[in-house]
Amino acid sequence: MSEYFSNIKIGATTIATGMAITFRHFLNAVKRKGDAGIDDADYFKQVDGLCTLQYPREVVPTPTIGRYRLYNDIDDCIGCCQCERACPVECITIETIKATADDLGACGKTSGGQQKRMWVPVFDIDVAKCMTCGICVSVCPTDCLVHSPVADFSEFDVRNMIYHYGNLSKIEAEAKKKKLEEEKAAKEKAAAEAAARGEAPAGRPVPKPKPAPGPAPEVGEAGE
Amino acid sequence: MSQSPSLNTWSDALSGFHLGGFPLGLLIVAAIPLVFIALYALTYGVYGERKISAFMQDRLGPMEVGPWGLLQTLADILKLLQKEDIVPTAADKFLFVIGPLVMFVGSFLAYAVLPFGPAFIGADLNVGLFYAIGIVALEVVGILASGWGSNNKWALYGAVRSVAQIVSYEIPASIALLCGAMMAGTLSMQQFSVLQSGPYGFLHYYLFSNPIAWLPFLIYFIASLAETNRAPFDIPEAESELVAGFFTEYSGMKFAMFFLAEYGSMFMVSAVISIVFLGGWNSPLPNIGALALNDMTSGPAWGAFWIIIKGFFFIFVQMWLRWTLPRLRVDQLMYLCWKVLTPFAFVAFVLTAIWEIYK
Repeated sequence: MSEYFSNIKIGATTIATGMAITFRHFLNAVKRKGDAGIDDADYFKQVDGLCTLQYPREVVPTPTIGRYRLYNDIDDCIGCCQCERACPVECITIETIKATADDLGACGKTSGGQQKRMWVPVFDIDVAKCMTCGICVSVCPTDCLVHSPVADFSEFDVRNMIYHYGNLSKIEAEAKKKKLEEEKAAKEKAAAEAAARGEAPAGRPVPKPKPAPGPAPEVGEAGE
Repeated sequence: MSQSPSLNTWSDALSGFHLGGFPLGLLIVAAIPLVFIALYALTYGVYGERKISAFMQDRLGPMEVGPWGLLQTLADILKLLQKEDIVPTAADKFLFVIGPLVMFVGSFLAYAVLPFGPAFIGADLNVGLFYAIGIVALEVVGILASGWGSNNKWALYGAVRSVAQIVSYEIPASIALLCGAMMAGTLSMQQFSVLQSGPYGFLHYYLFSNPIAWLPFLIYFIASLAETNRAPFDIPEAESELVAGFFTEYSGMKFAMFFLAEYGSMFMVSAVISIVFLGGWNSPLPNIGALALNDMTSGPAWGAFWIIIKGFFFIFVQMWLRWTLPRLRVDQLMYLCWKVLTPFAFVAFVLTAIWEIYK
């Protein structure tokens, strides 16, 4: 019989305690919980307040050393294709055109002063494939390929996930290719004429004949 | 008809309003609570539930649609209207369709006797309270029809449990309200409010003027939670157990009907408890000397305001309980009803009778 009444009492007190807790949370809904991270000493002290982060208006800042979306500064790219070869998922596609001698000035220099010798008309990164391993960033000799702090870049159309960093239009690329072929053709013509006249090609030293090999060394003396 | 000449002025005027022989006024009288249910269920019911539950759980709730998520309910209603209204092939089509309708009608019919202020009541019956308790039992028919007609064992489980729950909890609820009727000496809802009016505001309310009234008040509040399938008695709708209980198979507008019926009966029981125990449309503010606060806040429009505010307060408490307590098991629910609430209801009945005799 007394268990009956104590059950009722326990029921009533636990309901009241529970309602007090909920009401306290309700009243605390005007504050936000602190933003102490797991490393902070008072991480467990922040109990009161809302804990919702209204993304994308409020964002936890991405860490500076984090590896997120790739960005290529094409003006610094020397077209070495190291990143393309290093990528484990082959998400980078590069096409380069060698710059002709008279175009070197137009091709320009990297920000570190290095003369660029390749046009890069096509530099596509498929950021949907990219797994942000960072290998391409570590092998880039001019540090033009870097991670940016952008982690949220979804698109409606998957074709928009291929980022085009090439800085030549198709017409310009065609023009450069033609120029390169013309230069090559002109060089071959000049080399053919020089060979026909029996001279060495311009600017090339004449190779000296190799000296005749001496007597073969004895087996026992080789080690001395 | 009402005893006092100044009561029910608005609803009497409306019921006499004919437009070319067509009783347009009566239509308006019926439409007002219906519109009120719809509006309230949309705004306070859905939005309030989501926001209150969110704040109690340290989150924000709807924030995107409209400032502070105020238009969220509108978006929900538009979504529900566009949903495909599916009737399963194996379902008993007549029962399936009629279930939500009967449930909504049962919940809405009780609004006929709720006084929204001293000037407006749908039907000032002199057995208003008896009618309100009885007509809510019509929901049981609707629940059974939808549970059985769904041809789904989970729905049937939900429906059967719900019927057991509602029918059991009618008893302590009715006895508790009977205590209130004893205190008032009448069953008319308007008279309940009139008898609790006075210059001292809330001190005239039966809850505060009667030393034993807190017991039937508590008993009726708990029993009304079970009547409306509201947590912690929401086994019929147990979201995590029975998918959605007896309305598992419903989509679109029929689902919205169940929804409206549930929120409608939530407000209805809140209104009943505030009429019987908390003075209905009377202002709680007392006349303090020269500052006649009670007189200042009384009147037809003020009355409507007060009863709505009291209803909203109890709805807040219902939501508060929902997000605090875990669900009761079926046997615990039945234990609570028959072994706790009913005996205490009888005790309260006897004590109220003694108080009334020797007052």
